[in-house]
Amino acid sequence: MKTNDVIFQTIAKVVFFMIIFFAVHLFFAGHYHPGGGFVGGLLTSGAIVLLMLAFDMKTIKKGFLIDFKWLISLGLLFSAGTAAGSLIFNVPFFTHAYDYFQLPLFGKTSLHTAMLFDLGVYLVVIGVTMTIIQTIGESE
Amino acid sequence: MSLLHWAILAPFIMAACVPFVRKKATAIHTGWFVLILPLVLFVSFLQYLPVTMKNDSIMQTADWIPSLGINFTAYVDGLSLLFVLLITGIGALVVLYSIYYLSKTKESLQHFYVYLLMFMGAMLGVVLSDNVITLYMFWELTSISSFLLIAYWFDRDRSRYGALKSMLITVFGGLMMLGGFLVLSIMGNTFSIRELAAQAPELNNHPLFLLAMILILFGAFTKSAQFPFYIWLPDAMEAPTPVSAYLHSATMVKAGIYLVARFSPIFAFSGYWFWIVGTVGLFTMVWASFNAVKQTDLKGILAFSTVSQLGLIMSLLGAGSAALHFDSLDDNLYTAAVIAAVFHLINHATFKGSLFMVTGIIDHETGTRDIRRLGGLMSLMPITFTLSVIGAFSMAGLPPFNGFLSKEMFLLSMVQLAELDLFNLETWGLLFPVLAWIGSVFTFIYSMIIVFRVFGGKFQPEKLEKKPHEAPFGMLISPIVLASLVILFGLFPNLLSYSLIQPAAASIVPSIIPNGGQLDVHISFWHGFTTEFMMTIGVVIIGIILYKFLPKWIGMYDYFPGKVTLNNLYNASLYTAERGSHSLTKSYMTGFIRSYLVYIFAFFITILGFTIWVKGAFRFDSSNTASIGFYEVGLVIVLLIATATILIAKSRLTSIISLGAVGYSVSLFFIIFRAPDLALTQLVIETVSTALFLLCFYHLPKLSRHEEKRRFQIGNAVIAAGVGLIVALIGISAHSTKLFPSINEYYIKNTYTKAGGENMVNVILVDFRGFDTLFEIAVLSVAALGIYGLIKLRLEKGGEQNENE
Amino acid sequence: MEILMCIVAGLLFAAAVYLMLSKSLLRIIVGTGLLSHGTHLMLLTMGGLKTGAAPVLGENTASYTDPIPQALILTAIVISFGVTAVFLVIAYRAYQELGTDNMDQLKGTEADD
Repeated sequence: MKTNDVIFQTIAKVVFFMIIFFAVHLFFAGHYHPGGGFVGGLLTSGAIVLLMLAFDMKTIKKGFLIDFKWLISLGLLFSAGTAAGSLIFNVPFFTHAYDYFQLPLFGKTSLHTAMLFDLGVYLVVIGVTMTIIQTIGESE
Repeated sequence: MSLLHWAILAPFIMAACVPFVRKKATAIHTGWFVLILPLVLFVSFLQYLPVTMKNDSIMQTADWIPSLGINFTAYVDGLSLLFVLLITGIGALVVLYSIYYLSKTKESLQHFYVYLLMFMGAMLGVVLSDNVITLYMFWELTSISSFLLIAYWFDRDRSRYGALKSMLITVFGGLMMLGGFLVLSIMGNTFSIRELAAQAPELNNHPLFLLAMILILFGAFTKSAQFPFYIWLPDAMEAPTPVSAYLHSATMVKAGIYLVARFSPIFAFSGYWFWIVGTVGLFTMVWASFNAVKQTDLKGILAFSTVSQLGLIMSLLGAGSAALHFDSLDDNLYTAAVIAAVFHLINHATFKGSLFMVTGIIDHETGTRDIRRLGGLMSLMPITFTLSVIGAFSMAGLPPFNGFLSKEMFLLSMVQLAELDLFNLETWGLLFPVLAWIGSVFTFIYSMIIVFRVFGGKFQPEKLEKKPHEAPFGMLISPIVLASLVILFGLFPNLLSYSLIQPAAASIVPSIIPNGGQLDVHISFWHGFTTEFMMTIGVVIIGIILYKFLPKWIGMYDYFPGKVTLNNLYNASLYTAERGSHSLTKSYMTGFIRSYLVYIFAFFITILGFTIWVKGAFRFDSSNTASIGFYEVGLVIVLLIATATILIAKSRLTSIISLGAVGYSVSLFFIIFRAPDLALTQLVIETVSTALFLLCFYHLPKLSRHEEKRRFQIGNAVIAAGVGLIVALIGISAHSTKLFPSINEYYIKNTYTKAGGENMVNVILVDFRGFDTLFEIAVLSVAALGIYGLIKLRLEKGGEQNENE
Repeated sequence: MEILMCIVAGLLFAAAVYLMLSKSLLRIIVGTGLLSHGTHLMLLTMGGLKTGAAPVLGENTASYTDPIPQALILTAIVISFGVTAVFLVIAYRAYQELGTDNMDQLKGTEADD
């Protein structure tokens, strides 16, 4: 059944970016305000799911050139790598480090290795959710 | 790790190399490669002789689990050195023999030699360990490798049966022994045998002493095939003959003897030890020699004769314990029993080893071991005949072979027991020499059967599969070496007396030997017309008469009830256990998921409800609770309505949407209860999973209720209500009982200072408890890949399966 | 409030168990979903309700609610999502292959053992 929902598709396109931005904001806010990798990742995948509903699987698959399974492994690599990175500095596994930097445009910013770890979580969550939904959706 | 440790481990290392050698060097028989190891070990252990001859010992310790006091302690004294030399010496001969016995092309030699080397290493470990836990470990390893060796021809039913039987019985004994070891080490607060022996007098008065002793004897008796556990040994004869020669005559079955000898310093002072070890041994000797006569399989005869000879050694060790009751060595007649035990141990290894090899040769050259089909081989196989005469006559206790000497010493010890005024021997003492004599008569008879049934009588070529001829020379080397030792030790027994026998015997009864002193070991060939000599003559005369008239009285065995045997008992108990456990399992493993859930929940209700009731754990304290607001009550009502809708929903769409409603209400609760992170996550998750449900919806069947019987429904409702009640009760009680302050203060204080964040929940997730999160995303990834696999990857099982998809 | 929430969690548990004991595969899955909701509410209640501000520093407040149950629940929510997804897929694959969602029929017959 081929539907032609112009209104839905147009709105979905706009809303998609709004959700994505909100998701990214949530992700970065995580350390100081409610949010974080889990919510950010879920919301991002929610946005993609919305697009999938509005258009169809194949279009979305063409639009996103990434295989979501790769995203899972990339995320795991980030998380485990961040945890293992502390070993190089001869501190116990999973020791995080942070400091405050003066960056142009942003002003005083704290940079935190936990952020890298959270980025891994973010990627894994997107990868997992999308892999699940995509495989189920594609199956006949 | 010292050289001694490496010597124990060397066979295992070698075993790891064997498969590669077998693969690469196909032209040479793998056995030649393996042969190096026992030879090297034998020679290198010989250098310890000067040490042990002075009754000294060497101990090397390597840490294994130091926190538990379990160390890999290697200990060399006279007793262990004797066993090491037997293991490596006989081992070398057996390997040499196997090279000719096992075909290079037809047999899977890599398995055989791996198992054999494993066994050799395990045996070395048993006799060289001072730590009981290490000893136990190696002990079980001998059981396992013996299992593998017996089942070497695993395509035969009998092999598998025999292997399983030996494993079940010896491992059963091994576990008992482990219990004994643990009891003993709790009593003495150490795992070291040497340290335990030092505390022997105190241990003797301990209430658990008898328990430890009996448990350890279980181990020894099962391993050494004593009555009533001997039944595994005849079935173990399904193993290739080199294995039987090695394991079931010279080494493994002697592990039990070793154990009894090793623990003699601890237990032997007790009267129970004397009676149990002595009588079990003697009875086994008589019973097995009596049964050996009726066997028709040549290896069967040898198996029973091994049981019988082991019983003999065991009874000597029991009798030898009487020696400890004398303070000085001067008039101590009973050390002779210990000396006889050690001497006979060596002799048995030599003559029985050669007899097994001879049997293997006969089997190999004629294709049968059935004495009813054999006969008249004397002229066809003269060397084999000579070897078997030497072996069998030594076993029968005839001069000038070594068996004669040790048999005489055995009879002497038994006669002396009758005169001992310990342990109520006045009344029962006479039984010992009488039983010993009867056993010896039967031993004489079956020894004659081995020689004259096979080699004498009429040659029956029509009953044989092959045309018999003398064995190749290589196969004869090992039995010739052993047979020459039989004669050598027979003529010059004193070659052994101070080099091997004295140190070994001294390790068995250390307490009565003065410092720097030695036992008096002088074995003489001729000592006049003594009682024991007269007994031997009697044995020979009666034995010959009985052998001559064997056909007349062999029918006597038929009078024994055929059904009531230990073997049938074993089979029946195995069968019953299998059937019983099968039907028991069947009765509750119904295959219905409902049954399993009912078990789980019923257990949950019972155990928790019982605990709450017994411990009086229920608390109700509403003082410290938050207020109930208008919104909360409304939400609770919404939540409950949604839940009820799921329960009564007739369509799947209703139930999925209601589940979504429950999820959204929960996320509203999260908002009210000040958990913004949770609320956010729950909202998004609920959306995504509803989408997921709807996606699967397409593939899932219409919600069929599959209405159950009323009875089941009520049962389900009762269980469900019970679980709900218990959960609520636990929740209320837990909330009303605050035993200690919450650990949350730590997180609240340190979130900013230590982790540089402000959102505590997120900081806990990525920093304080980052490990959890790492594993969580790993689990999620596994779930995603699992789903991918379930849907995308399918086994191609033929067209029919694919059509369904 | 805590008492009330305990009772609510208990009711959710009871409903979940009842669903899980039924024969229909879909009802079992819905049951497990309900079970995790009950667990989350229970966990949250155990930390004490409304004892302070949300656990985000910087808010001008004297006390915060317990952050530990929240972190636990966050983990649990995401995991239970994964579990539900796997369950669903197993259910639908089983239905595809075997043509039934009745647990009694899924048991198989004696001959299959």
